Amino acid sequence: MSVEGLLRLGDNTLVLGQRLSAWCGHAPALEEDIALANIALDLIGQTQLWLGLAAAREGQGRDADTLAFHRDAWDFRNLLLVEQPNRDFGVTMMRQFLFDTWHLAALTALTEHADADISAIAQKAVKEVTYHRERSTDTVIALGDGTEESHNRMQSALDRLWPYVGEMFASDDADLTNMAALRAPFDTHVTATLAEATLVRPDSDFAHMGGKTGVRHSEHLGHMLATMQVLPRSYPDAKW
Amino acid sequence: MSNEWPLWEVFIRGQHGLSHRHVGSLHASDAEHALQNARDVYTRRKEGVSIWVVPAADITASAPEDKGSFYDPADDKVYRHPTFFDIPDDVGAM
Repeated sequence: MSVEGLLRLGDNTLVLGQRLSAWCGHAPALEEDIALANIALDLIGQTQLWLGLAAAREGQGRDADTLAFHRDAWDFRNLLLVEQPNRDFGVTMMRQFLFDTWHLAALTALTEHADADISAIAQKAVKEVTYHRERSTDTVIALGDGTEESHNRMQSALDRLWPYVGEMFASDDADLTNMAALRAPFDTHVTATLAEATLVRPDSDFAHMGGKTGVRHSEHLGHMLATMQVLPRSYPDAKW
Repeated sequence: MSNEWPLWEVFIRGQHGLSHRHVGSLHASDAEHALQNARDVYTRRKEGVSIWVVPAADITASAPEDKGSFYDPADDKVYRHPTFFDIPDDVGAM
């Protein structure tokens, strides 16, 4: 049973949850603000389960909080996609759409996992993520097929983030399911959505790698972790 | 503001057997979006099992200045309340 595989799932939801929570109070509409905060909280809740299980299986006396707040950037195993900065609302929602589409496929596969703890977490999370994907899909369609301004922003968001798609399907022995097998359902949903959104899928499938293996995170992760970890590292026994 | 999304009124059924109740309003671009926003804004704490959204513009409301002609005439018609009947004990709560 791979602790590394659990860290990958928990670090994805932790980093993206932290990214999304930065929109709280800043989203373009009150309703979108609340929705993004809800999704961020769903992801943080999933993080507690994945990292909690990782810590238990690791058996070194750490817990989910230790793993979240007392590891450095090179110890993180999240995809490069989720550590990319929020930038504008279009980039945030395109990142969400690409991640949700992969995430739903991955969790669906994990509901069948032989390990009962993993399958139980996946079964809980898959309900939340089904809604996440529905919402981000509708937003990509609405903005892609919206005004000239929103269309251009969504196309440039897609162009910017597409090089981070390939890493989601790079599979190795540490993964809890065969990620390469998720590419087909991902492509089906993305192709249909982009067509409806009048967006053009980039030609190149060049992929940045190194997030899920921890070999080469982008420079953005360290900055984000500094903000996220400063309080528990400065005041180790703080309770709030 | 002209570039705001239209206003929707939200009705939620709290549990089986109770009717939908007005809980508030929100802005959304279309009906599906309004349902999603209602889910996020009004059912975060397990408030409901069913949501209705209605365009606020489609609701016809009585005007406050009609209060006199609409409601005051009912003031002295207590006989419309079914309080003059003895209800047998074994009927139970009504």
